[in-house]
Amino acid sequence: MYQFDYARAESVDQAAQRLSDGAQLLAGGQTLLASMKQRLTQPEALLDLGDLSDLVGISEEGTSLVIGAMTRHQQVATDQRVLHKLPALAHLAGGIGDKQVRAMGTLGGSVANNDPAACYPSAVLALNATVITNRREIAADDFFQGLYATALEPDELITAVRFPVATRAAYAKFKQPASRYALVGVFVAQTAQGVRVAITGAGNGVFRHQGLEAALDSQFSPEAIAHVDIDDSELSGDLHASAAYRGHLIKIQTQRAVITAIGNAPT
Amino acid sequence: MGSNDFAKLPHIGESVLRKEDERFLTGVGQYTDDIQLNNLVHTVFVRSPYAHANIKSINKTNALAAPGVIAIYDGQDVLQDKIGGLPCGWLITGTDGQPMKEPPHPILANGKVRYVGDHVAMVIAETLEQARDAAELVDVDYDALPAIADVRDAKLAGSPTLHEEATDNHCYKWSIGDKGEVDSAFEKAAHVTKIDLVNNRLVPNAMETRAAIGCYSRASDEYTLYVSNQNPHVERLLLTAFVMGLPEHKVRVISPDVGGGFGSKIYLYAEDVCVTWAAKKLNRNIKWVADRTEAFLSDAHGRDHVTHAEMAMDKDGKFLAFRVQTDANLGAYLSTFSTAIPTILYATLLAGQYTTPQVYVEVDAWFTNTAPVDAYRGAGRPEATYLLERIVSRCGWELGLSQEEIRRRNFITEFPYQTPVALQYDVGDFPQCLDKATALADVAGFEARKEASKAKGMLRGLGYSSYIEACGLAPSNLAGALGARAGLFECGEVRVHPTGSVTVFTGSHSHGQGHETTFAQVVAARLGIPVENVDIVHGDTGRVPFGMGTYGSRSISVGGSAIMRAIDKIEAKAKKIAAHLLEASDTDIDFANGEFTVKGTDKSIPFAQIALTAYVPHNYPLETLEPGLNETAFYDPTNFTFPSGTYICEVEINPETGETRVDRFSAADDFGTIINPMIVEGQVHGGLAQGIGQALMENCVYDRETAQLLTGSFMDYTMPRADDFPEFKIDHVCTPCTTNPLGTKGCGEAGAIGSPPAVINAVLDALAPLGVKDLDMPATPLRVWQAIQSAKA
Repeated sequence: MYQFDYARAESVDQAAQRLSDGAQLLAGGQTLLASMKQRLTQPEALLDLGDLSDLVGISEEGTSLVIGAMTRHQQVATDQRVLHKLPALAHLAGGIGDKQVRAMGTLGGSVANNDPAACYPSAVLALNATVITNRREIAADDFFQGLYATALEPDELITAVRFPVATRAAYAKFKQPASRYALVGVFVAQTAQGVRVAITGAGNGVFRHQGLEAALDSQFSPEAIAHVDIDDSELSGDLHASAAYRGHLIKIQTQRAVITAIGNAPT
Repeated sequence: MGSNDFAKLPHIGESVLRKEDERFLTGVGQYTDDIQLNNLVHTVFVRSPYAHANIKSINKTNALAAPGVIAIYDGQDVLQDKIGGLPCGWLITGTDGQPMKEPPHPILANGKVRYVGDHVAMVIAETLEQARDAAELVDVDYDALPAIADVRDAKLAGSPTLHEEATDNHCYKWSIGDKGEVDSAFEKAAHVTKIDLVNNRLVPNAMETRAAIGCYSRASDEYTLYVSNQNPHVERLLLTAFVMGLPEHKVRVISPDVGGGFGSKIYLYAEDVCVTWAAKKLNRNIKWVADRTEAFLSDAHGRDHVTHAEMAMDKDGKFLAFRVQTDANLGAYLSTFSTAIPTILYATLLAGQYTTPQVYVEVDAWFTNTAPVDAYRGAGRPEATYLLERIVSRCGWELGLSQEEIRRRNFITEFPYQTPVALQYDVGDFPQCLDKATALADVAGFEARKEASKAKGMLRGLGYSSYIEACGLAPSNLAGALGARAGLFECGEVRVHPTGSVTVFTGSHSHGQGHETTFAQVVAARLGIPVENVDIVHGDTGRVPFGMGTYGSRSISVGGSAIMRAIDKIEAKAKKIAAHLLEASDTDIDFANGEFTVKGTDKSIPFAQIALTAYVPHNYPLETLEPGLNETAFYDPTNFTFPSGTYICEVEINPETGETRVDRFSAADDFGTIINPMIVEGQVHGGLAQGIGQALMENCVYDRETAQLLTGSFMDYTMPRADDFPEFKIDHVCTPCTTNPLGTKGCGEAGAIGSPPAVINAVLDALAPLGVKDLDMPATPLRVWQAIQSAKA
């Protein structure tokens, strides 16, 4: 690790100010600290959001769940409201990393980082969630902009994410064998605006798939997507999966998610 | 005492809880990095980012000016101080009668780097972070050269050359067996089965990374090296006699608690020499601890063979001859025992459990721009077992014989058995191991389970592996004739204290194996005293007389036997003391359960009283017997030991995705006498995890063009986790080893040796209905899926 200054934020406004001055936010640190230890990243100043209790917690707002940006994965995974209203989201959170990661990692940290193989961005995108910042609200479709890029301005930080409750939803992650990040993760949600399918791990960042969505809109069943064409020309290929294999897995994981979503539906 | 009597003693076969676990579990273990010394500074190595490059210049100016920097050394400083390169401990003589090519292995690069991670300079600073910061400021100007990563590329005409001493990158061609006999047997064969396979390269990844602290005392002109190492006396011998030209009595090597080795900590590494050398130059104690990236880059790797083999059979499936050609990747330099692994420890095991009358093995060893390759849990025997058990299974499939039948028709059943590849097996019961494994695995219920899987759209397969391996490499004179540059005995000193407690000094080293418990059980059983009264000291050349260390599953059979010999001497002397006290002849004294008795009488005296008498010799035969009760023995075995067994793996595969799950794994091993069943079970579990890990997950990949390490962290190198495995089913057969007094054979590596072919055979059995005939390790989801797609096409 290189030398850096460390401070704990006292308020969101102060954090925004420090952020615009060049500080890096520490929101759990499960990616950031590991990168710093390996000297892959070199922030001069870290601002720890750990004391901002306003950013922690889960509440209901009409038919939505609002989850504070500093809410840990473990809390989302075990919260009774999430388990009841959006079990797919609780399941996703419970499958991130290991117990130590889930105890420290946060929703806001994951969404702001937008790792192309992270789990949370797929839920935000598929559930048509709204990212709430210190300045505005950003629709999920506008928020994610490819590999580690988001719509966040230099002095903007996520305070919460509002997830509309879906009719049916599920997340199916095919784990990269070594890291256990998503080799291909598919979040399927049947929402008021129709079926949304968000895919993580397979490309340059989380993305939706129109062909799968259209097929599932016409019939919400695993069979419905049997003949959907997955174009793998833009998908990632690496040691763990060729683009063709990822394309194949997108279909398989979508089917698995649909089967789970049908089982997840409130009876 | 013979092994049968030994096995009946109290504490033998008892799962005594590990004495060492309290300190490990409560965080008070003392690993090298835990050791704090005065005057301690830190070092970081500048490593090559290129696989192959000439060093045009090294500019240290900015780095030397950085805060806290004490010194920066490079290859020129090493040359000036006349510090030698790292030696290779095993000389292989080629089929042409010439010695292997043995290029220099400098501790800091001398004008050229030959793999990513090669040592270029050492930066010493007051703090670790200062050393790291300064290391980034060392400006090395490289002239990059084309590189070779894959052993199949090393031999191609026009390939880049690593070493002037081996312009064709060829280290040696070595062979064993009678080629003429083998070739003529093939001409008469009714059937020939062929196979081509790759034994994938692995990164050892002990939990504790390598670490070393070099110390020097001006007062005594003595060095102390703390190092995370498996054999401190060998480390000292190589360091002093071969590299630094120091007298051994001026160097003490301490291997304190060591968090796993798996072979990777047998060797003398450049960093160990560097910290020792620099400690005197600077009069500072210098600590180095590898981070995980350095471990991936610079620990000696394992395996990496490419092999073609053919088995000749008669019409009934009896093996007539086995012919093998292997290309072995040695990496960029010769690590300490690298040259023996694909030869002595590999080819000699290729008779396996079978009566194959003729075996011919030819091995070509090559240099490539990759980390050095050396022994890793199993060391040659996993490569042999994987090859043999893959081809044996294929023989069965091709002839339409069941996996059990092809093995039973060829099993060796009479002992001792002289193989055609030098080894003589003393004892074993291969059919019984197979029987036990098939019972454990419920092979009878397999078809029903397969049908149940099929109903879910899944494939299920059963894979066998009947392995034999050789532990406790021996005897020293034979090993010497085969090229070993070290002895292969072991030393044990048994010190009985005046009150009857005992400290044992063993040349074996425990880095997870539990010697402090198992060895204490041996001593307690022999002397009839509680296990708590016995302490085992290891890992310190200043306290232990001598030792060859721990590798090749040799500790109990060789180290334990040395302790047995020392106890024989203790017992003989104690009998003389008892005879004096009991006024009898020492030939009339019996010793059992801690009591010395006069035959045929009720006169007896306890062991503790003999101990006290030895140190308070008031009533003592001083004119014929020295006081004290402290004996040392050196034990050189007459033969290897031969653990064997049959493993059966059952996998379930999702043909849609290639996901492969080990549903059942059954292991029936013959380790001879078992002293602590709990520890043996733990060793088997660990070995199976590593072997199944190799078969399904682990793979060290270098880019074939650039020789950059692509799997340089746990993000890309798949270490197996507990949830990757089912509950292992384990059972034992016991045919005691006939060549050591314990009857033990060793259990540390068997799991890693026997399991990979069982897994791959199971995968191939499952995929057979889809037309898949071949698959290389690791059978990752991607590879299995691709194999299925290729078979469809």
